[in-house]
Amino acid sequence: MNLNGEALKSKFLNGSLGLTLISIALGFLLGAIILLVAGFNPLEAYWVILKGIFSRSKYVSYVIIYATPLIITGLSVAFAMRTGLFNIGAEGQYIIGAIMAAAAGYFFKLPLILHVTVAVGLAIIAAAVWGGLAGYIKARFGVHEVISTIMLNWVALYLSNFVVTLKAFGSQGTGKTYAIQSTARINLLSDWKISEAGIEFIRSHKILGDVLKTPINIGFVFAILLAVLVWYILNKTTLGYELRAVGFNPHAAEAGGINVKKSMVISMLFSGGLAGAAGAFQVLGVSHRIAKLAAMEGYGFDGIAVSLIGNNTGAGSVFAGLLFGALKYGGSKIQDAMQAPTEVINIMIGTIILFVAMPKLIRLILTILERRAKNGWKQS
Amino acid sequence: MEAIIKDIGFIIGTTLMYSTPLIFTSLGGVITERSGVVNIGLEGMMFFGAFVGAAVAYYSHSPWLGFVCAGLGGALLGLIHAIACVSFAAEQIVSGIAINFLGSGLGLFLSRLFFDGATQTLTIPKKIPLPISFLFGEGKLFKSSGFMDLVFNRFATVYLAFFLVAVVWFVLYKTKIGMRVQAVGEHPEAADTLGISVYRIRYGAVMTSGFFAGLGGAAMSIAVVSRFSNTLISGHGFIALAAMIFGKWKPQGAMLACLLFGGAKGVEIYLGAKGFPVPSSLLAMLPYVLTIIVLVGVVGKTTPPAAIGRIFDKSGK
Repeated sequence: MNLNGEALKSKFLNGSLGLTLISIALGFLLGAIILLVAGFNPLEAYWVILKGIFSRSKYVSYVIIYATPLIITGLSVAFAMRTGLFNIGAEGQYIIGAIMAAAAGYFFKLPLILHVTVAVGLAIIAAAVWGGLAGYIKARFGVHEVISTIMLNWVALYLSNFVVTLKAFGSQGTGKTYAIQSTARINLLSDWKISEAGIEFIRSHKILGDVLKTPINIGFVFAILLAVLVWYILNKTTLGYELRAVGFNPHAAEAGGINVKKSMVISMLFSGGLAGAAGAFQVLGVSHRIAKLAAMEGYGFDGIAVSLIGNNTGAGSVFAGLLFGALKYGGSKIQDAMQAPTEVINIMIGTIILFVAMPKLIRLILTILERRAKNGWKQS
Repeated sequence: MEAIIKDIGFIIGTTLMYSTPLIFTSLGGVITERSGVVNIGLEGMMFFGAFVGAAVAYYSHSPWLGFVCAGLGGALLGLIHAIACVSFAAEQIVSGIAINFLGSGLGLFLSRLFFDGATQTLTIPKKIPLPISFLFGEGKLFKSSGFMDLVFNRFATVYLAFFLVAVVWFVLYKTKIGMRVQAVGEHPEAADTLGISVYRIRYGAVMTSGFFAGLGGAAMSIAVVSRFSNTLISGHGFIALAAMIFGKWKPQGAMLACLLFGGAKGVEIYLGAKGFPVPSSLLAMLPYVLTIIVLVGVVGKTTPPAAIGRIFDKSGK
């Protein structure tokens, strides 16, 4: 019995899940210390955050809306990471996806399901090309993907800002494009919501009505499906095996007959396509248009955090995306409730990533704690 | 003719001004990466430096004190990065990403505390001085808004940045400590056998890079503009990182790459002011497209220091 417990414990600590959970706990601990030093009651702050996430169905709905793009950009970064590529360009690929979805959503006149399919499909293709370009110039010319994707992020940002000024696409001077057609939207029951019956329903059904007040959409369902797809491709197909082999050891993979250069391009095509899907679902489900960007929005960069906390896996990205989305949404509540800076969330996320990066440190702390505990037990 | 010369002076001057924050940060990148530690956290360090610089300059009324504190703030984040990467064998890119979240989180957290819940500081009372005006008096040495005035009458940080390029070049290539940094970045095991402390060199290099990135942030918040705001840095640290790679991990190369990005900004501002009929966003895109083209066509494969990103463990594990 004791042996079994020991084995379980060692499995927990040596596996990545245990280390991640400990890192998350340490992130919350450091967040609490910082709040305390700044003169706020951390327990009160965490209670406000917790209530801000779960206390109303509307809040839960918003958490899911916040988490959806983060999960998908997380999957994008994770996919490239498994092939040993660091896709810092999810940000730009997201923007390209958003541009395509907004354009297809506004200019095309198509029936409901077809319109969404075409818009998402075009967004994925365009963003896959955008990401694949970085993979290609790495494979062909040896240009590091970090520098090329940083450049491509900026090109995408300015391209987006150029597109919104086009007369055919945007109302002049507002810095926004026209809203997409209703056939391209993926919101739940959006027409019915504003009908008389819908308004009546929302008024009389507290929980569901509350949810319907938010721009709830089916993007989250797609995020889950994409996570399953990523897991399947990486773990159950020959292609996935080859991509992971390249990530594990490119020289060995090459020797084993895998075309490393081709793998790089394919990996970045997938990674870019995923980030583009994130941008598309955000446009079709939440913003319904694109607007002039004063700075990077950060969906791609947050996706890096999601991927890292989620240990670069499909399921991990879903949970880390939900955690990040929940903290981002719930964390915004402490500003109004107690004037505590909501950016404590960024500090917590940063801390979690830092500890995730240092399994050696966590094991060291645990060994010391264990030794102390044992010695203390012997003495008493 | 005179008008054209003045316009050229304006473009050169703005180029110098906008290159400066990038040069500081990029030099920091050169130092850390030459020692073998990747620092993708430059963005966060620059962000934090921009806040600390503006906040200290606001409360102390001394832009120079703000400038130095910005460097120290960056160095503090550098210390965290070094502890993670050098002592605890962290994946360097992952740690760098963490630093970016910590830098922006800490900067905005403190901004809200010290500036009444705002994500920007108030306007600082005194910017970094212009040495030419300071030494010779306004418009005394060069005619006001003349070519020479537009080019040379710039913030002290501009002069300092170019001076530091020379210093870093000299230290890296001509001194014992610079040779050691290079040795540690190329072959840490060999350096260790020769009695060089790989850990100590790397700690020093990473913290120096943080210091420089912090200065870069402050060069933005207390010279180019006169306050910190949450969108001020947005990506400049990443551009500096790219400039360092573009410049092939050399101080002088990084400087030239930063001048390219600054130059594009200068041209963009000039054409915008002249009401040139090309959309500003397309112009703004140019340097990034150009960088990719140059990397693909001319520069080709860039070779980082041999031991970059590799964890060094003295115990030989």
